[in-house]
Amino acid sequence: MGEISTIHYLVVAAALFAIGTIGVLTRRNVVIILMSIELILNAVNLNLVAFSRMHGQLPGQVFSIFIITDAAAEAAVGLGILIAFFRNKETINADEVDLLKW
Amino acid sequence: MQTFAAQFANAHDLMVVMPMVMLTLFACGVLIIDLLLPAGDKRWNAATAALGLLFAGGSLWRVQATLAHQGMLGVSAFNGSVVMDPMAIFFCWLFLIATGITILISVRYMEIEQEDHGEYYALMLFSVVGMMCMASGKDIVLLFIGLELMAISTYVLVGFLRRDKRSNEAALKYLLLGAFSSGIFAYGLSLMYGLSGTTDVTLIGRRLAGLPESSHPILMLAVVTTLAGLFFKIAAVPFHQWAPDAYEGAPTAITGFMSVAGKAAAWALLLRIFAFALRYEQTIWMPMVIAVAVMTLTGGNLAAMTQNNLKRLLAYSSIAHVGYMLLGLVAWNETGIKGILVYLLVYTFMNLGAFAVIVSLRRRDLIGDEIDDIAGLWFKRPVEALLMVIFLLSLGGIPPLAGFYGKYFIFLSLIETGHYVLASLAVFYIAVSLYYYLRIINAMLMRPALDAEPIQPAFGLRLALWVTALATVGIGLFPEIFIRAAAWTMTAPRAVTQAFLR
Amino acid sequence: MMHTVLFIIFAVVCVAAAINLLAQRHPINSALSLIVVMGSLALLYLLLGAEFVAAVQIIIYAGAIMVLFVFTIMLLNAGEEELSKSSRVAIVFGVPAVAVIVAALAYILSRGAGTAALGDFIGGPKEIGRLLFRDFLLPFEVTSVLILIAIMGAVVLARREER
Repeated sequence: MGEISTIHYLVVAAALFAIGTIGVLTRRNVVIILMSIELILNAVNLNLVAFSRMHGQLPGQVFSIFIITDAAAEAAVGLGILIAFFRNKETINADEVDLLKW
Repeated sequence: MQTFAAQFANAHDLMVVMPMVMLTLFACGVLIIDLLLPAGDKRWNAATAALGLLFAGGSLWRVQATLAHQGMLGVSAFNGSVVMDPMAIFFCWLFLIATGITILISVRYMEIEQEDHGEYYALMLFSVVGMMCMASGKDIVLLFIGLELMAISTYVLVGFLRRDKRSNEAALKYLLLGAFSSGIFAYGLSLMYGLSGTTDVTLIGRRLAGLPESSHPILMLAVVTTLAGLFFKIAAVPFHQWAPDAYEGAPTAITGFMSVAGKAAAWALLLRIFAFALRYEQTIWMPMVIAVAVMTLTGGNLAAMTQNNLKRLLAYSSIAHVGYMLLGLVAWNETGIKGILVYLLVYTFMNLGAFAVIVSLRRRDLIGDEIDDIAGLWFKRPVEALLMVIFLLSLGGIPPLAGFYGKYFIFLSLIETGHYVLASLAVFYIAVSLYYYLRIINAMLMRPALDAEPIQPAFGLRLALWVTALATVGIGLFPEIFIRAAAWTMTAPRAVTQAFLR
Repeated sequence: MMHTVLFIIFAVVCVAAAINLLAQRHPINSALSLIVVMGSLALLYLLLGAEFVAAVQIIIYAGAIMVLFVFTIMLLNAGEEELSKSSRVAIVFGVPAVAVIVAALAYILSRGAGTAALGDFIGGPKEIGRLLFRDFLLPFEVTSVLILIAIMGAVVLARREER
């Protein structure tokens, strides 16, 4: 394997990105879809931190901090919407979101 | 010697972003005033929000006057992370106008829905702050944060009718697909940062152009993921599935707001990315844009023909309109960009007008968003029915109305660049679109009303209707005056084209 | 050498936990897998010399966001997801799809980035703070608005009826 270089980190990030994408597209549980989206954002962060190290400058790390914050905001609102939805509907399966066609 | 504080930001920086500061302050003001108002009398919230828009407009005017006075093509601030150029200012005006009209429509509507909370108006103002960041950001970090600020406030607004299942579901679906697309978009941005080593869009464009041959696969991946995210946001086929559901379930006033202001903001972001970061990568994105434009025109128009829900129908029609705008992107010359900007401007008025008419159908006992509900409107409220006819014909692109000029510039640009096949396809789809617009008109004028309940639009709603109708007719009848009056703003397409035509 | 060993361990743990997240049927197991992903990512950040991001990752992600998730799962009393026919099909196609996508991405990335070496250590919290408050001051301020609307939005949507 030799010396670890940027590319190895990028491949790990790509794997997380792919797993997250497949999760969003195939799972039915809304909580798990939200977690898959977190996986995608984590892939972005790993990319940014690795590139930041590769270029030897910090903006990549700063960008990743912004993305972490954004993920927190998105999760808060997402779970808020989920609770409002659950009150009316008592299910968290995405394919039972059926009043409007999926 | 600089003071400590001046290292970080100074009065000049603040002046440039003053419109956003004003909106933020007034949005916080709305939140506080809301606590002081007794339940059931929340109109002052709307008034405060409208006042905030006026102040934001005033400070935007100051920025614009400074630019014109000094003959500059743009003024940047905060170490180059934001730039107020004619294009950004054009879009900021668009957002303010659209929000103003939406507030007029909303007041009575939200009272009927019994959800007239201050947070509604505050969220609307906050989302405009995000839109302004998207239009004026020059740094991918600011562009992304602006996008998320707009998107997250819109998710909440879509789900604002908590007791309505349709609203819950629409918000949930919109959030899942919106967050997913933001993630894909961010992945593309991270690759762009990796390839260029900078977060400034202009520098990214320059450095991407100088990449060695071996980096092209990864560049391709960056462009594809970024574009996929952007196409999601403007609701282009095949990334449009969220739009009809979100539009149908959202409060009707918010549907109008999303379909004009949110769409314009996504276009501002798209133009910024294309004209700066991707300005030398045409060979990569052009085939994708052509394919998506054709699919969007086809999908939007054909799906709209079978809809019986007015909001859903207008959602598909708005997807079709995105298809026309994408054709302007295919032409990618000065006329094409101008066409997109003019299109977004006239679309703001005619589409908000159409949604205002749908809002007027809402009663305590009737949601009023089916075609059956608008039947016989002519016999109940001839004036509103007439205005709706104007909006629909304008959406269809009938000549003396504003909608014609949006399509006119797009066709002109297509012919200038020799895309005759695409131009004839677009003409064909105009005929298709007339079918479903005429279906609504037919229901209004020819069919009898289903009940005798009178429709009484509130004052704000009627004001909004007249403003949008006057603009739709006025722009259509006097395009020269309008274009001359907006001459300075219309340096916007020139500024964009200067970025890539050299 | 140390770097290589640690990288392999945590990269494998990270990807395995991510796959486990999707393989589990009960949301709480998925949430715990996600915490493992977050934790191993934080260690990868440490290997990359990004201590501040690693700390933020643990505090915000593994701390705040995961608590939110676990709390919601508890509140909604979410049970196991039943398998429908379409979701079985999805699993059959999903696993190869992940493999194909990862292989394609790895190929593209290795063609593009080659063996670009990792740079030197580039600075800690002090430099990051300086960047945040100077070059990225405006995005930083806008982020505060973002957090405000997130709080407000969650409260608006989840509060009880008062009428």
